[in-house]
Amino acid sequence: MISSGVMRVRRAVAGLAMAASGLALANPQPWQLNMPTGVTSISERVHGVHMLAFWVCVAIGVIVYGAMVYALFKFRKSRGAVPAKWSHNTTMELIWTTIPVIILVAMAWPATKLVVDMANVESSEMTVKITGYQWKWRYEYVEYFGKATPVNFVSTLDAESNRVRQTGSGLDPHSVQEGGENVYLLNVDKPLLLPVGVKVRFVITADDVIHSWWVPDLGWKQDAIPGLINGNWTRIDTAGTYRGQCAELCGKDHGFMPIVVKAVPKAEFEQWLATQESAAAAAKTAQAAPVATTATQG
Amino acid sequence: MAAVNPAISDIHADEHDHKPHGFLHRWLFTTNHKDIGTLYLVFSLTAFFIGGSFAMLIRAELFQPGLQLMQPEFFNQLTTMHGLIMIFGAIMPAFVGLANWMIPMMIGAPDMALPRMNNWSFWILPFAFLLLVMEVFLPGGGPQGGWTMYPPLALEGGANVAFMIFAIHLMGISSIMGAINIIATILNMRAPGMDLLKMPVFVWSWLITAFLLIMVMPVLAGAVTMLLTDKFFGTSFFHAAGGGDPVMFQHIFWFFGHPEVYIMILPAFGIISEIIPTFSRKPLFGYQAMVYSLASIAFLSCIVWAHHMFAVGMPLGGELFFMYGTMLIGIPTGVKVFNWVSTMWKGSITFETPMLFAIAFVVLFTIGGFSGVMCAIVPADFQYQDTYFVVAHFHYVLVTGALFGIMAAVYYWLPKWSGNMYSEKWGKIHFWSSVISVNVLFFPQHFVGLAGMPRRIPDYNVAFADFNMMSSIGGFWFGLSQFIFLGVIIHCVYYSRQRATAQVWEGARGLEWTLPSPAPYHSFSTPPVITDDMLAHGNVTH
Amino acid sequence: MAQTQGAYYVPHGSHWPIVGSFGLIGTVVGAGMWLNEADAGKGIMLVGLGLLVIMMAGWFGSVVRESLAGLYNKQVDVSFRMGMMWFIFSEVMFFAAFFGALFYARTFSVPWLGGEGHGALTNLYLWPQYSAAWPTNGPQDIGGAFSTMSPWGIPLLNTLLLLSSGVTITIAHHALRAGHRGRLLVFLALTVLLGVVFLGFQAHEYAEAYEHLNLTLGSGIYGSTFFMLTGFHGLHVTLGAIILAVMWFRCAKGHFTRDNHFAFEAAAWYWHFVDVVWVCLFVFVYIL
Ligand code: HEA
Ligand code: HEA
Ligand code: CUA
Ligand SMILES: [Cu+2]
Repeated sequence: MISSGVMRVRRAVAGLAMAASGLALANPQPWQLNMPTGVTSISERVHGVHMLAFWVCVAIGVIVYGAMVYALFKFRKSRGAVPAKWSHNTTMELIWTTIPVIILVAMAWPATKLVVDMANVESSEMTVKITGYQWKWRYEYVEYFGKATPVNFVSTLDAESNRVRQTGSGLDPHSVQEGGENVYLLNVDKPLLLPVGVKVRFVITADDVIHSWWVPDLGWKQDAIPGLINGNWTRIDTAGTYRGQCAELCGKDHGFMPIVVKAVPKAEFEQWLATQESAAAAAKTAQAAPVATTATQG
Repeated sequence: MAAVNPAISDIHADEHDHKPHGFLHRWLFTTNHKDIGTLYLVFSLTAFFIGGSFAMLIRAELFQPGLQLMQPEFFNQLTTMHGLIMIFGAIMPAFVGLANWMIPMMIGAPDMALPRMNNWSFWILPFAFLLLVMEVFLPGGGPQGGWTMYPPLALEGGANVAFMIFAIHLMGISSIMGAINIIATILNMRAPGMDLLKMPVFVWSWLITAFLLIMVMPVLAGAVTMLLTDKFFGTSFFHAAGGGDPVMFQHIFWFFGHPEVYIMILPAFGIISEIIPTFSRKPLFGYQAMVYSLASIAFLSCIVWAHHMFAVGMPLGGELFFMYGTMLIGIPTGVKVFNWVSTMWKGSITFETPMLFAIAFVVLFTIGGFSGVMCAIVPADFQYQDTYFVVAHFHYVLVTGALFGIMAAVYYWLPKWSGNMYSEKWGKIHFWSSVISVNVLFFPQHFVGLAGMPRRIPDYNVAFADFNMMSSIGGFWFGLSQFIFLGVIIHCVYYSRQRATAQVWEGARGLEWTLPSPAPYHSFSTPPVITDDMLAHGNVTH
Repeated sequence: MAQTQGAYYVPHGSHWPIVGSFGLIGTVVGAGMWLNEADAGKGIMLVGLGLLVIMMAGWFGSVVRESLAGLYNKQVDVSFRMGMMWFIFSEVMFFAAFFGALFYARTFSVPWLGGEGHGALTNLYLWPQYSAAWPTNGPQDIGGAFSTMSPWGIPLLNTLLLLSSGVTITIAHHALRAGHRGRLLVFLALTVLLGVVFLGFQAHEYAEAYEHLNLTLGSGIYGSTFFMLTGFHGLHVTLGAIILAVMWFRCAKGHFTRDNHFAFEAAAWYWHFVDVVWVCLFVFVYIL
């Protein structure tokens, strides 16, 4: 008990320190204050427009609140302040309508460029189809460098988290660990494996209700809507495990359909894909039924 | 004004204060704007406590990771009902109640333009509200799809779906009638000399809000009607398989929903624009700019709805249009904030409770506005969307904005309503307790949201534990503080022995302060002769 | 007794609103139960609707009496007018929601499902066999193949009927203002008649659609928008015709004078509004 408490405090301090120094955090940390910079060039730029907006707001806040606090101290009746009679000042009013316009343009400019880049799914090198179900995700590796693959599987909340999360289970969420990290509600049975440095196009949909596929370290979320396909893309720069969650209310277990992306070097990925492909082929001949519709429902 | 049948006016010629006798007559059949205003305010306070208790249950479950108290389905009902009750039960009726009480007094009218319809506007509400709350006891429970009711999820509900939709229809009818009444009152019942551009800003804010209400409430009615037929009559509005589109619901809903959030803030802007000049003892800075900025906010609010849908996969052009439109709202809102600060500048400020709430409003609403502008930035919103960052945003604008505005108004006008002064000491205690706890409650939600905690989840990773516990503690503290509010009101109305003067506040200007406190049953029985210097904005046309 | 406040008119309290609330809640609770297949639902709904009718009769009755007693001044009249105008505006917005759904489906969702522009991926991955068209019941052919109503038969006739009813009510109004009671009653009756014939044709058209064209509420997005728009319009025509019929009786009883007949005017406004909605329907639902 004590040691885990101490560890928590130490991790908390580390988290705060990292958050303050703006280091990339792979996963949420205790006391984390800010958005992760993430692991793609897009996510870094997203973090950039976020920080720009934040500092703009801080600056405006300092000016506005500063002026107000000054007024509250300086023009108190108890200090004998006598009210002025004026009630408008056209020059001032013009200034404080135009300056915000300029500020807004300055924020909108990089944001616009970024949105345009994020919408550009051209020249992607592989395609993964993501389908949201109540309450799990299916990943289909549609094609890899122009070659179609039959690999697809369902990814659900890991058994350990699932046990602990039952109402009144009495189990301690702090005990759900993997690799020295708490992964309570952020772990799945089968992560989505992706190669590092490859531009992946996602085609995202859902089968029942609307879900939303979100991994903060990739810098975006995208709604998964039944009957429609949404496109998005990523190119992960660093190998690692990145965790996220469903981000659109989708019924009772909305809180329990996490997403785990495992980015590995390209060679390792290709090897994995090959074994998966042959396994899929074997399963197909064995069952003579389309894998896509019979995969485990968990 | 045409003369009235003299035979009739004789009947009551010398009677000034003829309240109907008997409880039923007084409250059920009333056509009196003050009684109806009181009904609205009491109803709203009740709903606030009910919606607040739901929030307390939410915060209790989120106190620490792991599900201790409830099943996830129940949690989703709490979230949904909390949102619906607070919006349709607490905030909107409170503003309508304030409008009922104050608008006739502020423009020199005897009552509202359509007093009987006024009664019906109110008396639909308790019924609609009972219908809504009762659903929790239906088999299968109440609605669980969030206050936004997105299909297909919202259609998965059981018996509650039809009742929820009908309850919303009724609330819609009620607010449309209320809004029609307010517009007719403002446009038709002003005393001679009360020109449009001399009206109090609160009246202006309601004129514009009422217009928004009449424009968007029917659209909400249409949207939920389509939900109803999709569920029960086989239509395909929101099914791609039949050529419809689930996203279409979101467009129609937010065409209502975004103006709706301004419906919940514009009257508060009006209130703050009344209070700050009073306690700064200086006329409102830039009166006309205040009016025009209200109008531009209302206009812009009609063309920015899809900023709630940046992640649904709109075409690029749509994303950009709605981003620019949304950011623009910061400009007229900024004008208001700057004008409030300028009103204080070189004033002679005192810090009675209404002023404290008004100051807190300016600071904290602006924080909510800042996070709103951050949400408006599409790529950043890809990260914020549906996280606690958004929850933090809208509670800053709704709780420390709309709700603080209402509290400021209650302290400001309570002496006028009841004829008694409230306890300044306990008012201040209520203020400080609320303003500190509300920040403990909602500020940490920015952090967990940015760190990756989605909204509408009953359980979370341990990384989010510390800030959630902090938030829950702030929540309980804020909730308990509201008992002080209740106490101050009850004390003021029934027990306070300190009588209020007609003017109540040293710096107060405007027609309502020329009436005695408590205000007579019928506000003005003959049109008052208004001279410009009786009005807060009579001599200031800028 | 009505109260009068100096120069103002303030009506006395009334029990009708609360009766109306019971009517409303009865109606919706009944309807909700009915939809959820509870047997008592229909009965409760009928009781609720009955209460609403009683409430309207009673409420408007007392307004009529007060008006006849000359209690209302110019200001009250203006308030009524504003109330009616803004009420009609709210109705416009209600229809706007459904027209919006129609336009959205036609300009966005259907073409996207068919793979145009933004919908390329949707079509490619989910509905490859579907190509956009209007009318449509969607990629899954919901409700089965159907045909649509030709605009140049009954709908055109209905358009002419409603447009002429707009003319007849205007003639009736002029007659009222000129004090020609006979002409007023004839043309008002004619207006109601035109409305009723319109409804008859529409009922026939619906029967036709269901029996021969397989066009139903369940015919995908086309059937949904078609029936919801024309259906809500039909409801409004029904309501308008009832109001006009009431006006006929009031005219017959001599309630209105040349320059004091707001109720008649309000009914006429409402009727014109219903008319305009029909013209939009004719253009956007039937022709285009
Ligand atoms: C009273 C209610 C209210 C108000 C006033 C606002 C005001 C604003 N809101 Fe908010 N909003 C909500 C209630 C409100 N909102 C609710 C309830 C939701 C969530 C709904 C749900 O999903 O359940 C929401 C969600 C929401 C979103 C969607 C987030 C998401 O789900 O991803 C966005 C995105 O653009 C947004 C933006 C804004 C903006 C730009 C303003 C602006 O009006 C703010 C303007 C104010 C200022 C900017 C501060 C003062 C200005 C200055 C000091 C001038 C200088 C400033 C600059 C130049 C920046 N809001
Ligand atoms: C309109 C105004 C409004 C107001 C005033 C509030 C007030 C509060 N809100 Fe609410 N909130 C919404 C509108 C509002 N909210 C909306 C629209 C949503 C989105 C819903 C959705 O996702 O669909 C939401 C969602 C929402 C969530 C997110 C739920 C989720 O995503 O799962 C949370 C969580 O903390 C929350 C908390 C609170 C708290 C603690 C208060 C407090 O300020 C409440 C304080 C008041 C009281 C507590 C009442 C008085 C006291 C008592 C009744 C005595 C009992 C007290 C104790 C036991 C201490 N709200
Ligand atoms: Cu899936 Cu939330
Ligand atoms: Cu909005």
